[in-house]
Parts: sequence; structure tokens; C-alpha cells
Amino acid sequence: MPISLEEVLKIAHLCRLEFDEEEAKKFSEELSKILDYFETLQTLDTQDVPPTFHAVKLPTPYREDEVKTFDNIEGLLANSPKSKDNMIVVPKVVKAPS
Amino acid sequence: MKSTTLTEFTIKNALEMLEKGEISSVELVEETFNQIKRFDPEVKAFLHLFEEEALSKAKEADEKRKKGEKGSLLGIPLSIKDNICIKGYPTTCASKILENFIAPYEATVVEKLKVEGAVLIGKTNLDEFAMGSSTENSAFFTTKNPWDLERVPGGSSGGSAAAVAVRMGLGSLGSDTGGSIRQPAAFCGVVGLKPTYGLVSRYGLVAFASSLDQIGPFGLTVEDTAILLKAIAGKDEKDSTSAAVSIPDYLQVIHQNEKTKFTIGLPKEYLQTEMDPEIKQKIEEVVNLLRKTHEIKEVSLPHTPYAVATYYIIAPAEASSNLARYDGVKYGLRVESTNLIDMYKKTRAKGFGKEVKRRIMIGTYALSAGYYDAFYLKASKVRTLILRDFLEAFKQVDLLITPVTPTPPFRIGEKITDPLQMYLSDIFTIPVNLAGLPGISIPIGLNSEGLPIGLQIIGPHFREDLLLSLAYQIEKMIDQRFIPPLLKS
Repeated sequence: MPISLEEVLKIAHLCRLEFDEEEAKKFSEELSKILDYFETLQTLDTQDVPPTFHAVKLPTPYREDEVKTFDNIEGLLANSPKSKDNMIVVPKVVKAPS
Repeated sequence: MKSTTLTEFTIKNALEMLEKGEISSVELVEETFNQIKRFDPEVKAFLHLFEEEALSKAKEADEKRKKGEKGSLLGIPLSIKDNICIKGYPTTCASKILENFIAPYEATVVEKLKVEGAVLIGKTNLDEFAMGSSTENSAFFTTKNPWDLERVPGGSSGGSAAAVAVRMGLGSLGSDTGGSIRQPAAFCGVVGLKPTYGLVSRYGLVAFASSLDQIGPFGLTVEDTAILLKAIAGKDEKDSTSAAVSIPDYLQVIHQNEKTKFTIGLPKEYLQTEMDPEIKQKIEEVVNLLRKTHEIKEVSLPHTPYAVATYYIIAPAEASSNLARYDGVKYGLRVESTNLIDMYKKTRAKGFGKEVKRRIMIGTYALSAGYYDAFYLKASKVRTLILRDFLEAFKQVDLLITPVTPTPPFRIGEKITDPLQMYLSDIFTIPVNLAGLPGISIPIGLNSEGLPIGLQIIGPHFREDLLLSLAYQIEKMIDQRFIPPLLKS
């Protein structure tokens, strides 16, 4: 199943990656080969087979929805690329009113 | 330290000597760091070492022992794969995107080891985000196989396996999503156990593929692996997928089961798979020895040929979702830009390595509109068939025996340019993760080039007791220590 260059760039955008043209070309070849290998699954009839998302079935555990203070806020902020007071600084995402 | 050299130490005999006062933990840890200084410049198993802290913890352990305090690992030096969080220390996942990340909290398994008195000596190398079979995908360096420095140690937990083989620490914790504990254990001649999905808490393990990931131990022997598993297993409220099952004393169980007869299955599809003739022969030799005391039966796992394709849809799909968190906002690398989307893209393009990007791309594709049914849903249905095969087999047999890898340790660079070939090297370990079963790799011999060969035992869900018992019987039957020539020089 060949994956076109345009398709590679579209997927890259969906998962927030970017490639130069040469990388994208290489990816389109590699992904095509890997997707071909996946074709083997289409030979199996799975019409009446339910999907498995977890192999070991466990009951859903419940707990009280309580607010707890994390004991190492400094540790969290120290890992942030940029912080100010108790907040993480990010590029502006809203436009100033005109 | 007395005449016994570190090479001959196991966790079990070190604990006995510590208890008798024949050695101290400080001596043991000092000797461990001497070993690291001697061998790690070549083997390169470690990303981070904590010598000073380890020595001070060893001193504490010695004092505790003098006061009569107990701990199943009191004073024992261990290493941890660098995708498991130790509070206050780096957790890089061998990725540039987490190069400067300091874990702000403790993984449950680390907390448990500390409660038992273990001394953590450092963090081991891996393929970036545990994606790979050789450590060649580490963003920092490739670990070498201690049996032949031109070959890979396996992966993704290659650093942990190599460290244990060289006795740089008496045991280690790794993680296994498709074979990442068992395959490097086989390549390095040590024991590696992937527990049942849910037996060991994954809180503090950096997520790769959440329905497959599992933390597990490496040891030099089956007994050591049993001691480590006991220390880390059990229900954890912080991991909603951890199971409330009782944890037996595995060490005691394997001794009790020393003469227990098992019905052992040989999956015919595994033996029909193309593999190295010496590996096949060694497995057959062991099986023939087992025939004398156990019942051996051929069983069928008919959907085995579909496991690799199933895995390489499901694991990347889950990874593409899990790795969306690395966006340059809250932690990790950030490449600045004035525009948010552009910041995401530039950060991820710079921070992730090639294989990680490849898997994010495959996963995103398999989950995207128009392809979800054909890929992700289809694979999840085939997963059911693979699981059913195992459940059927375990109606007839107690345990399964298979190879771990189709080839001996390959050369550095041999497979890195062909991702599909690399993926196929996990063919015998992947089905176990898809079915959530426990699997163990134990060394059973060396090939004509002197490289280790492993054997895999697969058990029913939560039957690590049986798995370890048969592994222990085989280990005793073979009665051979696998020491890399490097250590004899």
C-alpha cells in the first residue's frame, strides 16, 4: 500500500511532527513497506470476533474524587521550560482584541 | 572483602554473607563501583551513576542490619532502567526530549525496593522510550554486549541486562512491552522476567504502550529473580491496572516445587518459525532432558504468524497517544516559537529520534479517520484470537516452552537500517505481551561462537509461581554459570 508524500505530510501534521522533503520521502517508502506487512491481517475473518483492548480483565477501580496537594510543586516547576511565579509560560494563544 | 569475587555473587548468597557479617554492604557497593569503573567505559550500560548516594545508603543499610532491622534486599546494590522514576534523579528514557528531566516523584517499584533496603547505584541505558531491540535507538550511546563488544546487548532494556551480566549491580529492573526484558536477558546470558499484566505497579514507569507495558526484574539466577519479583509485586492504588492478587513467597515456592512434575507444551508454530539452527538444537536438548521427568505435549497456537503485525499496529497506536504529552509545554525540551503549533512541531522534530517518530507516524496513521477499522480495530480483534490460542493451550498444559529469539545477538549496525527486520526479531516474545501473560528468559547454553542462548517459559495469567519453579528446575539441571569472557580477563 503506497503512502504518498502528501499523506506523510498530513499524518506528520496530525501528530505535530515535521520533516524536510528528503526525510518525508524516506518515510513514505518505509511506511509503505510496513503497511504492506500489515496486510497479512486482512486474510483473517474477524467478523464475529470482539476486540481486546486489555488482555487481563480487571474491574474498574473507584476512589473518592478528592483534591490532594502534590508534595513537590518546586520539582514540577523546575522541569518546566519557562516558569514565572507559580505558572508555566507558554506562547500566546489568544489574539489581543482589535 | 573476603576471597569471593563479585563475579560469583548472587543476591541470595550476598544476603547470607551480609547476615553472617562476612561482608558489609559498603564493601559490596564499593566493589560494585570498582567493577563499573573497570568495565563500564567499554560496555556502556549506565546513563547515570550515583556513587556517593549509594555508599551512604549502604552505610545506612549496614547500621540497620546491626540494629536487627530486616529487609529482603537490605544492602543489595541494584540498577534501574532509565524509564522508571527515582525521585530527584534524571529520567531521560534515553531521549533528547527528556534529557534534563528530573523525576518529581517516585515510581512504586522504586519505593518498594527502598522499603526493602536495596541500594540503587544508577540508571541503565535503553532504546529511546523503550522502542527497539538493541539499544541502538538510545539518543546517547549504544550499550555493548559483554559477550562480544561488537554485538548488541538486545533491547530495549539492554543496559540492565548488560549491567547484571557484568555484575555491575546484583540485579536490575527493566520494562517489557514486546520482549524488552526477555530478549536482552537472552542476549546477555542472564535471567529476565516479564510478569503478568497487572502483577507489578507501573506507577512511575514512563508509558510507551499502556495495554502492553510491564516492569520486571533481571537477575543472575532464577532465585535472585524470584527475590526481586516478590519485592516489587502487588496491588497499588496509584495504578488502576494493578491487580488485587496475593503474592506468594516465590523463593520458598520454587524450593518446594523442586521435584514437581509439569505438563509442558511445545507450540508447533514457534518451532516451525525460521530460526538459527543452534538455538533450535539447544532448546530441543533441554526439552529432551525434561522428558525424563515431565510430560511434554505438542500444542498449537495457530495465530502466531499474525502476532508481529498485530503488535506493530497496537503498540505504535498507543505510543502515538502516550507520546502526545511531549509538546514542550510543561516539561522537557522546548524549541521556542511565536506560534504554539509551530512550537509543538519544532520541539518534537528536534527532541524525538528516528524510530520514535516512525512509530508515532505508524500509530497516528492506524488511528486516523478512514483507517481505524482496517488497522487498529482489526489488530485488536486479532489480538483476541491470539489470546484465545493461549487460553486453549493452557487447558491442556501447565506451561509452554519456546525460544526467546530467532537469532543470536546480532552485530551493531546489522539491522538498524531495516525496521521490519528489527521488528521480526521479537517474534517469540510479542505474543506474550499481547495476551498479558508472564514469560521468563533463562540462559541454557552458548553457541559455537560463545554467545548466549536463552529459553522462554510462558505461563497462565498470574502463575509466576509455576513459571519460576520450572525455570529453577531447568537451571539446576543445566548447572552452569554463564560468565562473559570479559570478566575472566
